[in-house]
Amino acid sequence: MSAQAYRLPQGGRIDRTRPLAIRFDGETYEGYAGDTVASTLLANGVHLMGRSFKYHRPRGLLSVGTDEPNALLSVDRGPGRVDPNNRAGAVEAVDGLVTGSQNRWPSLGFDIGAVNDLLSPVLVAGFYYKTFMWPRSFWDKVYEPIIRAAAGLGVAPEGPDPDRYAHRHAHCDVLIVGAGPAGLAAALAAAGSGKRVMLADEQAEPGGALLHDPRATIDGLPAQDWVAQTLAALDGHENVVILPRTTAFGYYNHNHVALVERVSDHLPLDQARDLPRERLWQVRAGEVVLATGSHERPLVFADNDRPGIMLAEGLRVLVNRYGVAPGRQVAIATVGSSAYTAAADLAAAGIRVTIVDVRLAGDCAADVAFAAQHGIEVLAGHTVVGSKGRLRVSGLVVAPLRADGSVGARRTLPCDCVGMSGRWTPAVHLFSQSRGKLAFDAERDAFLPGTHAQAERSAGACAGDYDLAACLDAGFAAGAAAAGVSEARTFQASPTRTGFQPMRVLPTDADPGRVRAFVDFQNDVTAKDLKLAVREGFHAIEHVKRYTTTGMATDQGKTSNMNALGYVAGLLDKELPTVGTTTFRPPYTPVSFGALVGPSKGALFDPVRRTPIDPWAEAHGAVFEPVSLWRRAWYFPKAGEDMHAAVARECAAVRDGVGIFDASTLGKIEVVGPDAAEFLNRMYVNGWSKLAPGKCRYGLMLKEDGFILDDGVVARLAEDRFHVTTTTGGAPRVLALMEDYLQTEWPDLDVFLTSVTEQWAVIALQGPRARDVLAPFVSDIDLGNEALPHMSVREGFVCGVPARLMRVSFTGELGYEVNVPADYGRAVWEALWEAGRELGITPYGTETMHVLRAEKGFIIVGQETDGTVTPDDVGLGGMVSKVKPDFVGKRSLARPDLVAGGRKQLVGLETEDPHERLDEGAQIVLDPSAPVPVPMLGHVTSSYFSPACGRTIALALVADGHARMGETIHVTTMAGFARATIRDTVFVDAEGVRVHARDS
Amino acid sequence: MRRFNLANLLTEAVRGHEGWGRQWRSPEPKKSYDVVVVGGGGHGLGTAHYLAEVHGITNVAVLEKGWIGGGNTGRNTTIIRSNYLYDESAHLYEHAVKLWEGLSRDLNYNVMYSQRGVMMLAHNVHDVQVFKRHVYANRLNGVDNEWLTPEQAQAYCPPLSIDPRARYPVLGAALQRRGGTARHDAVAWGYARAADARGVDIIQNCEVTGFRRDPATGAVTGVETTRGFIGATRVGVAAAGHTSVIMERAGVRMPLQSFPLQALVSEPVKPVFPCVVMSNAVHAYISQSDKGELVIGAGTDQYASYSQQGGLQITTHTLDAICEIFPRFSRMRMLRNWGGIVDVTPDRSPIIGKTPVPGLYVNCGWGTGGFKATPGSAHVFAHTLATGEPHPINAPFTLDRFRTGRLIDEAAAAAVAH
Repeated sequence: MSAQAYRLPQGGRIDRTRPLAIRFDGETYEGYAGDTVASTLLANGVHLMGRSFKYHRPRGLLSVGTDEPNALLSVDRGPGRVDPNNRAGAVEAVDGLVTGSQNRWPSLGFDIGAVNDLLSPVLVAGFYYKTFMWPRSFWDKVYEPIIRAAAGLGVAPEGPDPDRYAHRHAHCDVLIVGAGPAGLAAALAAAGSGKRVMLADEQAEPGGALLHDPRATIDGLPAQDWVAQTLAALDGHENVVILPRTTAFGYYNHNHVALVERVSDHLPLDQARDLPRERLWQVRAGEVVLATGSHERPLVFADNDRPGIMLAEGLRVLVNRYGVAPGRQVAIATVGSSAYTAAADLAAAGIRVTIVDVRLAGDCAADVAFAAQHGIEVLAGHTVVGSKGRLRVSGLVVAPLRADGSVGARRTLPCDCVGMSGRWTPAVHLFSQSRGKLAFDAERDAFLPGTHAQAERSAGACAGDYDLAACLDAGFAAGAAAAGVSEARTFQASPTRTGFQPMRVLPTDADPGRVRAFVDFQNDVTAKDLKLAVREGFHAIEHVKRYTTTGMATDQGKTSNMNALGYVAGLLDKELPTVGTTTFRPPYTPVSFGALVGPSKGALFDPVRRTPIDPWAEAHGAVFEPVSLWRRAWYFPKAGEDMHAAVARECAAVRDGVGIFDASTLGKIEVVGPDAAEFLNRMYVNGWSKLAPGKCRYGLMLKEDGFILDDGVVARLAEDRFHVTTTTGGAPRVLALMEDYLQTEWPDLDVFLTSVTEQWAVIALQGPRARDVLAPFVSDIDLGNEALPHMSVREGFVCGVPARLMRVSFTGELGYEVNVPADYGRAVWEALWEAGRELGITPYGTETMHVLRAEKGFIIVGQETDGTVTPDDVGLGGMVSKVKPDFVGKRSLARPDLVAGGRKQLVGLETEDPHERLDEGAQIVLDPSAPVPVPMLGHVTSSYFSPACGRTIALALVADGHARMGETIHVTTMAGFARATIRDTVFVDAEGVRVHARDS
Repeated sequence: MRRFNLANLLTEAVRGHEGWGRQWRSPEPKKSYDVVVVGGGGHGLGTAHYLAEVHGITNVAVLEKGWIGGGNTGRNTTIIRSNYLYDESAHLYEHAVKLWEGLSRDLNYNVMYSQRGVMMLAHNVHDVQVFKRHVYANRLNGVDNEWLTPEQAQAYCPPLSIDPRARYPVLGAALQRRGGTARHDAVAWGYARAADARGVDIIQNCEVTGFRRDPATGAVTGVETTRGFIGATRVGVAAAGHTSVIMERAGVRMPLQSFPLQALVSEPVKPVFPCVVMSNAVHAYISQSDKGELVIGAGTDQYASYSQQGGLQITTHTLDAICEIFPRFSRMRMLRNWGGIVDVTPDRSPIIGKTPVPGLYVNCGWGTGGFKATPGSAHVFAHTLATGEPHPINAPFTLDRFRTGRLIDEAAAAAVAH
């Protein structure tokens, strides 16, 4: 075949001076800039482009747009840039593009999977619900893998994806979706208002249907010239943004519209790399004008799916926009007038055309006369009962309709291409997504926008205006109203051929139980499948959809839903709307995950919070662990040390000398105001009124259900000022809870809450030598035991930097937490570290912190507690105020089951084998040989090797644990069970003297 | 009822499938029934089935305000597992999994329970502690669950990235091999067909608008509906996200909040994802359907709502996580995105049992995880309705526990790291 044998000698909006070549299934095909993959292939006579989902039937292009169900190709733009399931008519041709067919083996022309077609009498709708149940184990071992291998369309991309994707958030006054005649007119009306206008269209070029309409005129101009003139006019308005290749796919609450712009897939392969591939726009629009047009409906007749059988308007697009002859001899089957325009355009391009019109001659006389002017033969009053051909249609089988409705003798019209025109389906998807209510319009046999839910207007074909002048007028009116201008305008335009005769399935003489007339092409749903569903009692349209899968394919029923709905209504003998309307859900067309993700990947997936001291830790070899959004130094291994060795060394340093620890991630909330103490009284279980300024107290906070939510040391800086600390991960939820109560329950309290987590760097010095390190840097605070005892706070200067100095300890040793403004954090840290080196100061990480506090039996919220633990359960019941009238969780603490026996209580564990380290999360049982289900007493919450004890230690929650001291229990291990003894929770310095450092 | 089997399917294939009858009737409601079940989702239809099959109570109506299976049954991501921490939950969900394993044959309807394995990813030390706690507890309860290293996890699910430099690297995983997925619609239809065959009336387009109660005892005597009054002295409500609305009509205020929960599917592709993967830490749930679509679940919206439409930011955040864990899916495309309304209790566990109104029972509060429990939930709820007393398995799941404090807090068990 010669190159581009089906390219018309002239016409189209392609650039014949810029040839290109693409590959399809290994063959090279030539085309021109402006072509799509589909138009390139058709220019070369290639109609067979794919195989259907279920029966693997040979399929060609049905539509030229995003409603395409059949011609789905894989597209290869280079390594890592291979995508499945692209609609051939929506992919712009680029020189060097590699494409391929899908869902076939070994080749598109000869596909083994087509054996399913022979089995089609068995493989009807829902067949899989009726079989594959024997034997029981065969479903997921045998049947399902076979079904899965046969299903699916293309092959998933290999990844990783080398492309990047952008996000853009924008506001505008008027967002217009669709740049066909209605959308352009709306933009014209809105542009002059000075309001911010955005006009988005999914195609490469604005203009919509006008781009393939050489006959139409608007205000005396050829339509395409009017488009150019209009675009030029809009271009002159700085307040108008035009976004081509941009599909509005989601319409959310409060006029939040999501659009995806294809930025670079259409560029030459070597030019696209500096640009993002796609851009997600999230637009918040004051007013929205939907001008989304309509889709043509196929006709339902036997074997209406052969390659070469297409929608009639698509033929027109091919001829007029791409200069491609879809065939040499074309038959057009129709129930209405618009196909006559397509036929005339084809005839004008020198293609032989025959029209088969189901309407009786008397019902279509004007159209027949129009056809006669163009030398087109019309078979009026004829139905289509089948088609011929295998990999390409070769004939259309037609028969006359008799006056009594019966079907006459068949004959075959030879042809190499068929157009179908089953009337229009307005694209109401976005309207429906906006939660607007659809209304059925019997005259148009379609759902139209009914009750609007948001600040939105629909105009043009999507609102049922099929006539060009009506489209323009409605679009202009919508644009003017949306922009708040009173200008009115009417357009003079050539008339549009509209009108049709509703006909849901073409009359046929065949046995309806035998023929296959496709309704949903991609999912291979036939009229007889729908009939079976109805026979089996699936009458709600959503049931029919789900049972037959009609409308569930990648085109989401754009060409099939109305035919299915109409046919089911006919079977049930109901009015169409009473069968139900299908629900339209986002997205309008499929959207890549990449576009939705945008930049939120890798390091930007979630921000990493780093402390001011983080770079120092990194430079000193720290290993980090993620703790909520933070990364924290986990341990500081020296050369040759593993984690165990490093932690043992760090622990020993703190117990014997001094360690330095970055506690900056602790949540910090400044609670200020005359009612600050009262506020804390209500938030925490313990009391704050009597805490003197300069003192610290450990606070415990509950949820309303009485279980521990958070803890932390609170320092009272002044009568009306508290420095509250929270757990690292708990900071946001504690602040949110505090604000919630303050704003909704106690607005009378005069208190301000400020998050100061990021404002203070916190350096913990812990160990018997801590004071020795710190003292030289403090001039205005007396660090003596009398002046600054354990649990006190002073404001002063450390290293000459304003500081809040707390004497607190989470290790059981003499300890200080030096709070300095974050910007000074690293400098102060380095000064302390340098000065401490001669004392052997050792930086330690979170793991050592965990070991040291476990040795002292201090809990970590989230580890010893899990949202089901009361203060009493962890031995902190004494903290709960008996005198306060109320605090959050107080009432719940009195609930019967929170005071009943048998609750799990925090205890210590020592394993029989001192080197056996239990798994955190391991379960505790009394009798490991008990039959399943084995009764469980509790679980291990913390487990470490304790250098101070020279053995492993553990904390656990055990039912009635406080009464089980000395009992031997069994703890699960991955291999079996370990024996352990229950003991108290304090493993080191039971008397608690070290923290007071009284001997120094 | 014509049996579903290969022989009948082949017979029908020869005669154009003319011999298949309705899978369930569409009867006019009777004046009264022994039991009325409010809500035609999986839980309600299953309850009717077990009332008939196990307890011989066939004078039963299921009232559905729309079409059966149209709520969360037909909107969820179909994950089935029983690896819950607490004994009460483990017994309930394991009861369900055991029923799932024989459900297709029990109903004579292929519900496609596919035991593909459910793998839950641990991304930090806290996750590791929590998941190991689950593994140990599950084993002692006779529920299969095993701990995997990152390498083992990737071997089980090849698309998984275990790059240690990831923002949230995979530190390990808990795998329940008996977990998997099922065909959600088939569950509703299968129960409907089986219940109908035993005489249960399934009444669609019938909304319950009120309750009639005995003025003396306060006991339920029937329900007011859009299709008239229907008498019944035992009424079970299983209305998922709208349970609080229905129960309010009976004067019972439920400890429930309703939120939109979203899910999405990709375009179908050839088999690429062999199991179910869940990551609680980054909010992502994914499997591949028999049809080839990646089925992805998101988290709930932050705000309570009855609108079956969530915010786009929830969807994009979920896809952020999916592409982070499975980088190869970046070029896949989202085909369909939808929402359902889930009813959430304070402890995230369901309520199955009596209410303060005599004769009125409720099965609700399943939150984001009700589908997996469908057979177990329906089975014990049927027992409760038939006998007036809870089955031992649902006995702990009382409404009263929010008063006594005997909570079953699975969400707390997976407490957020700090």
